[in-house]
Amino acid sequence: MNTLPFTFAGETFHARPSGALSWPAQGLLCVSDLHLGKSERMARRGGPMLPPYEGVETLAKLAEDIAATDPRTVICLGDSFDDSAAAEALDDETSEALGPLMAGRRWIWIEGNHDPGPVSVDGTHLATVTLAGITFRHIADPEKTREVSGHYHPKARVALRGRSLSRRCFLVDDRRLVLPAYGTYTGGLSCDRPELSGLMAPGARAILLGDPPVALPMPRARRDAG
Amino acid sequence: MTALPPAITGWFDARGWSIHPHQQAMLSAADQPCTLLIAPTGGGKTMAGFLPTLAELADGDHHGLHTLYISPLKALAADIRRNLTGPITEMGLPIRVEDRTGDTPSSRKKRQRADPPHILLTTPESLALMTSYEDAHRTFAGLKRVIVDEIHALAESKRGDQLMLALSRLSTLAPGLRRVGLSATVEDPKAIARLLARHPDPCEILMAAPGPNPDISMLQTTEPPPWSGGGGRYAIPAVLEEVRKHRTTLIFHNTRAQAEIFFHHLWLANEDQLPIGIHHGALAREQRERVEQAMTDGQLKAIVCTGTLDLGIDWGDVDLVIQVGAPKNVKRLVQRIGRANHRYNAPSKALIVPANRFEVIECVAALDAVRDHDLDGEARGPGPLDVLCQHILIRAAAGPFHADDLYAEVITTGAYAELSRDLFDRCLDFVATGGYALRAYDQWQRLLQRPDGQWQLRDPRATQRIRMNIGTIVDADKMQVRLHKTRGGKPLGEVEEYFASLLRKGDTFLIGGEIVRYEGMREMVVEVTRTPTQKPKIATFMGTKFATSTQLSDRILTMFRQEDWPDLPPHTRDWLHLQRQVSRLPERDRLLVESFPHDGREHLVAYGFAGRNAQQTLGLLLTQRMEAQGLNPMGFVATDYATLIWGLDRVAEAAPLFSRDNLVEAMETWLSDNAVMKRTFKGSAIIAGLIDRNMPGGKRKSGRQATFSTDILYDTLRKYDPDHLMLRITRDEAMRGLVDFGRIEEMLARIGDRIDHQRLTRVTPLAAPLFLEPGRVPVEGLANQRLLEEEATRLMQTAGLETTGT
Repeated sequence: MNTLPFTFAGETFHARPSGALSWPAQGLLCVSDLHLGKSERMARRGGPMLPPYEGVETLAKLAEDIAATDPRTVICLGDSFDDSAAAEALDDETSEALGPLMAGRRWIWIEGNHDPGPVSVDGTHLATVTLAGITFRHIADPEKTREVSGHYHPKARVALRGRSLSRRCFLVDDRRLVLPAYGTYTGGLSCDRPELSGLMAPGARAILLGDPPVALPMPRARRDAG
Repeated sequence: MTALPPAITGWFDARGWSIHPHQQAMLSAADQPCTLLIAPTGGGKTMAGFLPTLAELADGDHHGLHTLYISPLKALAADIRRNLTGPITEMGLPIRVEDRTGDTPSSRKKRQRADPPHILLTTPESLALMTSYEDAHRTFAGLKRVIVDEIHALAESKRGDQLMLALSRLSTLAPGLRRVGLSATVEDPKAIARLLARHPDPCEILMAAPGPNPDISMLQTTEPPPWSGGGGRYAIPAVLEEVRKHRTTLIFHNTRAQAEIFFHHLWLANEDQLPIGIHHGALAREQRERVEQAMTDGQLKAIVCTGTLDLGIDWGDVDLVIQVGAPKNVKRLVQRIGRANHRYNAPSKALIVPANRFEVIECVAALDAVRDHDLDGEARGPGPLDVLCQHILIRAAAGPFHADDLYAEVITTGAYAELSRDLFDRCLDFVATGGYALRAYDQWQRLLQRPDGQWQLRDPRATQRIRMNIGTIVDADKMQVRLHKTRGGKPLGEVEEYFASLLRKGDTFLIGGEIVRYEGMREMVVEVTRTPTQKPKIATFMGTKFATSTQLSDRILTMFRQEDWPDLPPHTRDWLHLQRQVSRLPERDRLLVESFPHDGREHLVAYGFAGRNAQQTLGLLLTQRMEAQGLNPMGFVATDYATLIWGLDRVAEAAPLFSRDNLVEAMETWLSDNAVMKRTFKGSAIIAGLIDRNMPGGKRKSGRQATFSTDILYDTLRKYDPDHLMLRITRDEAMRGLVDFGRIEEMLARIGDRIDHQRLTRVTPLAAPLFLEPGRVPVEGLANQRLLEEEATRLMQTAGLETTGT
């Protein structure tokens, strides 16, 4: 697997093809929006009964990233669980897969809007965490700089000679870095929508997931580009 | 035998009309459990269907619903109401007639359930919805007859399967219910009768006199048709001339895209400003209704249209039908021809316009087939399971049920008569629990089994969700097109989301016959402005492509055996002779494969005559085999009769490529990750209720994080639950649908080991048009990633940004 190294806030980060972010200098791996327990929550609410394998699939992917980077610290950047009840009701396969991943390393669950309170899963539960002057929080704060966040599930669409490609992406400018959703059953918010085009400064880049990930100028609403 | 009461006979007498023989036959058969009437358009078919009802209701003794009429079109239901109400009033009969469709106000719908009219006119979807209510048994108690109109059209789709399942329910609610089907001319009336009858009831088939043979021929043009393409633009002067000579002309096209382009050019050439309109399924409803109204008022000389005008209503006084492009299917051609002259015993007049040189041959073959009354059709196979899953949900919404009872009911449906109990139980399990190997939802099952053994919904609020998602028509995701700065203004129509995603600001395309310029996208609406450009930059949106039927392909192959072709125009005749001279012509029980170098690449053509979808699949499978053999295939293009593959290396031995084992093996590998399968999966998943198409309390969320692609579900299932019912459904569906592997197998059986590989030095006459064919498919490999990286470098440089990374 090929990663894409890039500089943010004076530090070198790697975008991984899976959507994970690694920060070798700090021995850190960061993933956002796992949404574990999503299929359970939908069924519980009388919605569709989706294939109940997304937790196992998401954690299998995470296991690969952990094996490849051997991080000292793992940050799950919020919305790790689709809701608090889902965290309590994780199926056996998913909880069993989680244990070995957490063993021997510092594991931080950042609170998200889906999972605001602490849940009864091991690890440290925090609202935000700051490492080497860079703050990790779930939802970007437009007033702040030097921050890494998730929440929006950014994706970007590019037209390529007669075909069009839509992929999840990182967004990065001088002030902030937004991570793509890592969970299997997660959709995306197009980065030309006002929520994201307003958040990111001119000159922002989108790093589209792929092997390796590919950086390009963040696509914006075509009207603005006119 | 039902005798006609004096009120009705008097009405006929007063007009000097007599009852048609088949109308009389329908009266005589009124007591039969099931009757199918096959009659040509204009034969008083609908009246034949309703006469027994009018006779039985004449004395005013019946209370509640007596006859249910079902048509595939909403508009037809409304039209029939008007056409029935007139005579009923004039006859002075005490009969109430109402229609009920998606457009009926909900207050009236509610009233109709409590106090139904004598005759209710509706659609399959509205009927399915009615059976989902707890009071369905009251609404339908006392129902005597059900009339299914245009059953030939319904029988070809899942809408028909859903309808027949609903009828199985009605037969339980109203024992003794009699079924009547009304059909246009079809190749196999017995097959339709089997679908219609309550299994194992017999079904009597009544054939009305077929009417005179149509007056049909090929349109003569001064300019010969081009070598390839599908538009028929070359024929525009001749078409305009015909439009001028007739009262009203319908100009049919096989796709919306072709209809749009043709309409555009027709107007550019329309110097006399003849009033000509356009009608197809992607136009906004308001716009379609305006055209329909103008047609009814006799204001239009011609309408350029697609399959949307195949059925139903008499609009105006059509005296000519023009089919542009090979009809692909003889039965559809005959039904289209019937749109001209909706008068009994007058011959319909039709012209067909081949769009390219090969279609000249196909049109001649189709004309022969029409003259021989040799219709085609593909057998549909057993009833689809996704529709059954939806039926189980609908049944659950109406109240608790025993699995044994429901199974017994379902197998009275013709298409499901052979359904095994085991398969039924798997469908029930899927609906109840999701049917996963990992029993994850024990606590949250959709259906629960009560202590008395009956199944019921766990959460009664689920009924709303079920009702909102009834139906078997699954459209591609569409986006509305509106004029810029007219928020809430009139929509022009719809384009597929995929098409919209390819647009860049400033691109121009055709919609509703207008050229518009893409301005931007706002909340799932494509905004455009009108533009004075002459030529649209992007042709237009995609549409469905029909495959040429097996029978028509066979006729063409049979024609190729002739020494000479006096029926063909000289240009086409010379072309075939030349092909025979330099190579050979394809034959029915052999496979012709040609290979030759051209333009620095190696080419291979396989003339399989298996229809567009199967030839496309063949292209994918062959290139995969060639890739494995290191022959470096680079791409292919498929038509209804051949697949052309180009690549770096020459194929020395063609025969092994076509061995059945080889192809089946390639098929298995290929199925694992394939856009066609994913698209098929999505359709079936929506119908079966695995995912919702509509959510209570509003529209689809506008691109928020909540929705994710169904492709992910397909991949997850394949990886963790490969034996899941939905995958089986998807596979069955794709095999007979877009993948059409069935026709590849047919072809392999037909050709055996008789493969003629012609090695040639240059392009052959028959292969030449393939080089001009649009829709070339590149062989992928890592192409996407490479294209993406190139584009990224270009964009970064344009933007003056450094190219990050290694």
